[in-house]
Amino acid sequence: MAFLSIQHATKTFAQSSAVEDFNLEIEKGELVSFLGPSGCGKTTTLRMVAGFEVPTSGRIELSGADITSQPPNQRNVGMVFQAYALFPNMTVADNVGFGLKVAKKPKDEIQKRTAEMLGLIRMPQLGDRFPYQLSGGQQQRVALARALAIQPKVLLLDEPLSALDAKIRVELRSEIRRIQQTLGITTIYVTHDQEEALSISDRIVVMSAGRMEQVGTPFEIYNFPKTPFVASFVGTLNQLRCTVVDAAQGKLTFDGQTFTATAPIRASAGASVIAALRPEELHFGHFDGENQLTGKVEAVTFLGGIVRIRLALGQSQITLDALNERKLTLPKVGDMQTVSFPAHACWVMVEN
Amino acid sequence: MTAQAPIAAPPKERTLIAHSRTRRAFPLWSWLWFILGALYFILPLYATLDFSLHMERGVIGLKAYGAAFSDPEFARTFGYSVFLAAVTIIVSVLLVVPTAYWIRLRLPEARRLVEFITLLPFVIPAIILVFGMIRIYSSPVEIPFTSIRLLAPLTTSKLGTNALIVAGYVVLGLPYMYRSVDTGMRTVDVRTLTEAAQSLGANWLTIMSRVILPNLRTALLSGALLTFAIVLGEVVLASYLGLPTFGPYLFLLGQHRAYEPAALTFTTFLLTWAAMGIIQLITGGQGQVAGAH
Amino acid sequence: MAPSAVSAPRVKRPASGWRAWLGVVPFFLFAILFLILPSVKLFVGSFADNQGNFTFKNLLQLFTEPSILNAYWLSIRISAVTAIGGGIFGFLLAYSVTIGGLPKALRSLLITFSGVASNFAGVPLAFAFVATLGRTGFVTALMKNVFHLSIYDTGFNLYSFVGLSFTYMYFQFPLMVLIMAPALDGLKREWREAAENLGASRTQYWLQIALPVLLPSILGSMILLFGNAFGAYATAYALTGGALPIVTIQIGAQIRGDVLHNPGLGYAMAMGMVFIMAVSLAGYSWLQGRTERWLR
Repeated sequence: MAFLSIQHATKTFAQSSAVEDFNLEIEKGELVSFLGPSGCGKTTTLRMVAGFEVPTSGRIELSGADITSQPPNQRNVGMVFQAYALFPNMTVADNVGFGLKVAKKPKDEIQKRTAEMLGLIRMPQLGDRFPYQLSGGQQQRVALARALAIQPKVLLLDEPLSALDAKIRVELRSEIRRIQQTLGITTIYVTHDQEEALSISDRIVVMSAGRMEQVGTPFEIYNFPKTPFVASFVGTLNQLRCTVVDAAQGKLTFDGQTFTATAPIRASAGASVIAALRPEELHFGHFDGENQLTGKVEAVTFLGGIVRIRLALGQSQITLDALNERKLTLPKVGDMQTVSFPAHACWVMVEN
Repeated sequence: MTAQAPIAAPPKERTLIAHSRTRRAFPLWSWLWFILGALYFILPLYATLDFSLHMERGVIGLKAYGAAFSDPEFARTFGYSVFLAAVTIIVSVLLVVPTAYWIRLRLPEARRLVEFITLLPFVIPAIILVFGMIRIYSSPVEIPFTSIRLLAPLTTSKLGTNALIVAGYVVLGLPYMYRSVDTGMRTVDVRTLTEAAQSLGANWLTIMSRVILPNLRTALLSGALLTFAIVLGEVVLASYLGLPTFGPYLFLLGQHRAYEPAALTFTTFLLTWAAMGIIQLITGGQGQVAGAH
Repeated sequence: MAPSAVSAPRVKRPASGWRAWLGVVPFFLFAILFLILPSVKLFVGSFADNQGNFTFKNLLQLFTEPSILNAYWLSIRISAVTAIGGGIFGFLLAYSVTIGGLPKALRSLLITFSGVASNFAGVPLAFAFVATLGRTGFVTALMKNVFHLSIYDTGFNLYSFVGLSFTYMYFQFPLMVLIMAPALDGLKREWREAAENLGASRTQYWLQIALPVLLPSILGSMILLFGNAFGAYATAYALTGGALPIVTIQIGAQIRGDVLHNPGLGYAMAMGMVFIMAVSLAGYSWLQGRTERWLR
């Protein structure tokens, strides 16, 4: 039996529905991310699990018990907010111990647990500081400690890193993952940053406009996207409008050039389809046994570790990401360049 | 492969949505406080209006208003107050705008000192201010330890007394005028505007009149309306300096007559409401408080 | 690519030369002539006796002369009563239109009206209350005709401490509302949610988080209200005609004619009042600073 079960959860406000028919079973100790653009319903779903929203229909079960209508202060789920929400009139230690104080735990237990938590977030000396004396990253770690101090069954994080600097974001997300794995706590992590979601999740739920687009591991989501939305939302994607030549063999033609994609294609010969291809799977130059496409170099962008080259192909463009090497000679704008890719790197998305 | 699902309109006002669980269906206590407050504020106004409409026995009419407005003294004092208010506003603007501008652009060090000075009128209310002003300016202003006269006693001449009351009004309105203008300058970022204008070749006069002042319209209007309200209602400076403005006139009227003062009081209220309403409209923000009189 | 916040290096500007200070000379000159000099005159004058010699006697008399002590005590009482009463009810009003859940239009209405009510103080306010609660006032008559209750027979008198306090509320409530409404807005929704999430009830949230966070604001505003009432003159004079001997009325009498027969003492009274106002403004500023620090 799944630890946290969300069944057919729907939330409607006035005329629009924020979340439609959300279904998910989460195992104990899993970190699942809800990923999507603003307004896709990920935060609303999270808030339904927290109890700040009541589902219009559907059911939420935690550890076998139905918590759908339970008030938020009885659910024992820990929540970390985007805006930290530390209580400004209390020290760090008091903040962390607040949940235990409310639960009327004895003083020494509160002290012990607070010290434990501060050690977990690696801030043991800062118990007497006030929130306004801390940086954003520090405040968010304290917020995490506060949520974990009550030993919740589930940890919920609502875009916890959005308000922080890029560098801190990267550091802190590994911290969060480390702590989550150390404690083995079931976690839901809401974010619009795909790199965040890909790097720390056991599974990702990609959402758009209130609906679930796909659920899978980061590898699955990235390499085997089920819908065009997922394909283009996660990572950069090359999309070429082609015509099917041979569906069984996966042959396509584009701009007079022919190539092979993953077979079979679920369309008939002559149909117009979209061929999708990740930039990093393209190579420079001619490789035997692989597809070749030739086009004119439009732009060369040096991004440090990656070199991004854009080629014009007919009316379209294709982007290639190559790993940087010191012995690399970058192509010049205006050159004609051939690129190759294996057939399995390219898949077809059929339009209705 | 499925086509992309049609995008539904994203839910609006997500911040308000969060309250759906905890917002009470009917905030009983809130309504109670509000109604009590409304009663307290409205009853005196209603009582004044009611009284002012009953000048003629048994008839509801505007006789009191007619009598009040046709009194030549009314026109004289009200006009005089309006005139003083206008002069005060002009002096205030001429004093505050360049100073605030200068502080922003050239002399940030003086900011704290100037802001402190603009807080002083809260510490030195009108009665104290007029006390000090009368004591100083009723004798000639001399350089200490000499008998060189700088200024004849202001309070003995009509021009001097008028100058004194305008100065007093400017002081009373200073905190509000300064804060209004300063906030306006911050919002509009006068520093960047000035630099842009300078890079296009404008001189100081052009910058001030064509770039800065037009962009401060809202702030100036707000400050001016508040000053107007203050001057019109002001009684202390006027009565102790012996000048026939509207305030003392209203007070005196209240000693001798019953219905006309009520009519004028209600009119004053309407005027103040109009002024504050305009301020609220143009600033779209909080109301402005002038404090106790 | 996520934009990173890189702040521009702080350039140390040299301190402005004396020429830069020229620009603020008109302002300072005005302030000196019409704000500072009058205050200094009063300050210096409070140390002079009738012959013009330096003395502390006037200041000491502030604490010994019974009529003066009464005046200060009366002023302090009125200011304290209207500060606390005005503070509490003003807070409740502000609460009702912010967190309390009333429609947004009512909030706008209350805020605008607060600006109006505070400017209505002085002579018009006194007249309005006479028309309401005076001997032939609207509410007085209403009580008599409808409820058969003669409020003046119960000892109530508009032209008294109670009546004046009640009238003062007309500008005290609005001042409190205007300060507290934004302060209540500053209570982040997430604090309540975080508290609930950690198991707290509504009461626990208010007692342990919301009220402590608001306390500096509330106290600061009440102190401001205190100073506000202390310095009021026109309303008191128009309503009671000088019958209530509060400090401002006494000073007014002193200006007209030297009723204390000692100009220095009059100045000392004025200085005492300025001192109290200064302390209250300082208290308010300090508490405001603390609020801003927490709500950064």
